[in-house]
Amino acid sequence: MTQSKKKSFDVGTWVIPLIAVIIAMVIAGIMMKFQGADPFRAYKTLFMTSFGSVKGFSATLGKATPLVLAGLAVTIGLRAGLFNIGAQGQLVSGALGTAWAGYTLTGLPAYIHLPIAILFGIFFGGLVGLIAGALKAYRGVHEVITTIMLNSIIMGLSDYLVVYHFREPGQLLTRTREVLPSARLPFVFSLPFGFFIAIALAAVAWWIMANTTSGFRFETVGRNKFAAWYAGISVKRTLMTAMMISGGIAGLGGAVETLGVTYRFEPAFNAGLGFDGITIALLGRAHPLGIIPGAILIGGMRAGASNMQFVAGVATELVDLLMALILFFVTAPLVTRFFKNSGSKSVTGGWGA
Amino acid sequence: MSALLEITGLTKQFPGVLANDNISLTVKAGEVVALLGENGAGKSTLVKAVFGLIKPDKGEIKISGNTMHYGDTAGVIAAGVGMVHQHFQLVPVMSVTENIVLGDEPRKAFFINRKAARAQVIALSERYGLQVDPDAIIEDLPVGMQQRVEILKALRKDVKLLILDEPTAVLTPQEIDELLIVIRTLAKSGVGIVLITHKLHEVMAVADRVLVLRGGKAIGFTSPAQSDEAGLAQMMVGRSVVLRVDKTPAKPGKPALEVVGLQVLDDRKLLSVKGVDLVVHHGEILGVAGVEGNGQRELVEAICGMRHRIAGQVHVDGAETKDLHPHAIHAGGISHIPEDREKHGLVSSYSIADNLVLNQFDVEPFAKGWVRNISHVNTNADDVVAKFDIRTPSAQNLASSLSGGNKQKVVVARELSEDLKVLVAAQPTRGVDVGSIEFIHNQLIAARDRGTAVLLVSAELDEILSLSDRVAVMSGGKIVAIVDSKDADRNYIGRLMAGLKE
Repeated sequence: MTQSKKKSFDVGTWVIPLIAVIIAMVIAGIMMKFQGADPFRAYKTLFMTSFGSVKGFSATLGKATPLVLAGLAVTIGLRAGLFNIGAQGQLVSGALGTAWAGYTLTGLPAYIHLPIAILFGIFFGGLVGLIAGALKAYRGVHEVITTIMLNSIIMGLSDYLVVYHFREPGQLLTRTREVLPSARLPFVFSLPFGFFIAIALAAVAWWIMANTTSGFRFETVGRNKFAAWYAGISVKRTLMTAMMISGGIAGLGGAVETLGVTYRFEPAFNAGLGFDGITIALLGRAHPLGIIPGAILIGGMRAGASNMQFVAGVATELVDLLMALILFFVTAPLVTRFFKNSGSKSVTGGWGA
Repeated sequence: MSALLEITGLTKQFPGVLANDNISLTVKAGEVVALLGENGAGKSTLVKAVFGLIKPDKGEIKISGNTMHYGDTAGVIAAGVGMVHQHFQLVPVMSVTENIVLGDEPRKAFFINRKAARAQVIALSERYGLQVDPDAIIEDLPVGMQQRVEILKALRKDVKLLILDEPTAVLTPQEIDELLIVIRTLAKSGVGIVLITHKLHEVMAVADRVLVLRGGKAIGFTSPAQSDEAGLAQMMVGRSVVLRVDKTPAKPGKPALEVVGLQVLDDRKLLSVKGVDLVVHHGEILGVAGVEGNGQRELVEAICGMRHRIAGQVHVDGAETKDLHPHAIHAGGISHIPEDREKHGLVSSYSIADNLVLNQFDVEPFAKGWVRNISHVNTNADDVVAKFDIRTPSAQNLASSLSGGNKQKVVVARELSEDLKVLVAAQPTRGVDVGSIEFIHNQLIAARDRGTAVLLVSAELDEILSLSDRVAVMSGGKIVAIVDSKDADRNYIGRLMAGLKE
């Protein structure tokens, strides 16, 4: 790692997210106060539930698992200058693909069935990403537009597939059968195995971005695609690869959630995970390791929300409010800087362009 | 007569750079003062301070006797200070009159009083002796005329002090001569003029006094009567500079770059390269002279694989190069110093070290297989920074922290780092200080002497004439003449550039 990259990982990298989280909590606290609730009690319950006990913390990490992957997916896109709003659709495609492989392929030992089921998730997530990437590279269609549209398409398509083709026999609910035990991810120290996959992948992604020619290619395209093209980097191929990898990681997020937690595909299970990934990636300043604390924080809020409602009488939607505020305050400096430079100098490249 | 502008002891410290060190300058009415210095010498900091755009650490700025304060840009303009920027601030689709009155239009009820506006422009142009057609559309005008509109726009606001920032960068030799006359005329009418430049012959031709800046310090005042170009250059860079490039006669070898019947469209999809044939031999420099916008940019981009060729071929050592593949073309032996270094040449948020390997980051020794060898990247950078005299505290600093000349050195160093068959250098010294120009010129000659075929495209006729072995003049998308540089006559080439026949 060169010094310059280290520099981009100091002050602004963690101070801005920290301030964003604090301001968001203060504002949400004031709003709770207006509602007649005790914000201190609410926050205490929220964080004691999710971080105060081993059991609670393991639930938090469980919630954080798909969030780390969704955040990583968005991060990889940002590094190559792409704003992947479609992590949600990619994650859902991956979850459905994995669930299908998990319950249809029978008679396989776990060490074959499990990897195959995971690869299905990566494949379908990556495929959806690749569609947006190819449209961007060859037709110049902005990825924000295509990924938003693909989110809708995937939502409709997955509902249709589950209702008419993959529905659990004799079941009224829109959901598939459970995946076979041979395709389930085990728990390790009462943590879903997927958590370790996610952390390892984030570390690998960080190393690749910092040390390999592929990482350098991504980064160069993200920062100045004209210079990248001129220097002989195939910008089209890089953009497509980045979107495909981004989608694949989101798909993996859907896969580990399906195989480790829900064991089946049901549309409501994955609601919003991909969108949380956007908040997490921006909170982590598009750094492959920076997203981990962000994912754990948000995972903790999700894990502690219902107990907070029970004890402090604050609706679970408060967590959504908090996340919205965090997103607002964490992007505000990025956005101002983006417009100030009107170039592609920010950490996240030209993601708004 | 009291001073229009009086700067005393201006000091401005930026992190790591003392941009202005105790600079004092007075400009009187009717006087032309040249501000001469290399890039990064502190010229623009000084001007920004005058406009109240930056806060000086020390010192005072008075305009017509009144002290000006930081942030009071409006006050500075109201006091009669105008500026003509290097990049014109004109609306291309609007007329001369519209551009001149823009922002302060004479009105009749809710409407612009076009008649009055037109009359104002005519009066203004007569008062200063600057002829313009008030009804012409800006984009139809030659660059020199556009600049005249820009000057009139500044003068309309009762300007007492006019600052011209590198005004000749985009002009033809004839247009430069005209501008210099305009500057003298304005001075005679009582306007004080500050001419920011690094071109020595302009200073000699037009300035009453010269303030030479170097590294943020005022090296001293002089005047054309007391000094000559060599003397000014020495003050500017702190050592004697060879203005004419020393070079031995070329020993041209086999043809290296052959361009046959090339036709290229510009960004507006208009044919801008209209069938160009060129041959550049190993070991020679072919200069392409021409006023900007006559197809040179498109020609260069098509040769380098950055722009689609609608007809014709480009051969390197007899092998045809593919269209639109910068990488393939680079692999085929063409190296390119791009015209727009900020856009194509550099990733400004990367370190200097990373920028120096941008086109070879994935080959030995900078990468072993898939993994980058960052220690090699860094040792390479330290070597190059020393060898090319790139002024930076460390090769790990961001490219965006460098001055224009040093950025260009990074690009040149990178493009010359391999043994090449063909080097295409587009405007290699634009916006580059004299010291760096000399260095870059010597590098181009050295590449030639190693047997590289160099295609040099430049808007600076002097640069073309001093470096090239042969000169091709480009006008209206065609090569109108190719002459041996020994026989090249400046005026003759200037007329060809302007599209005049003989």
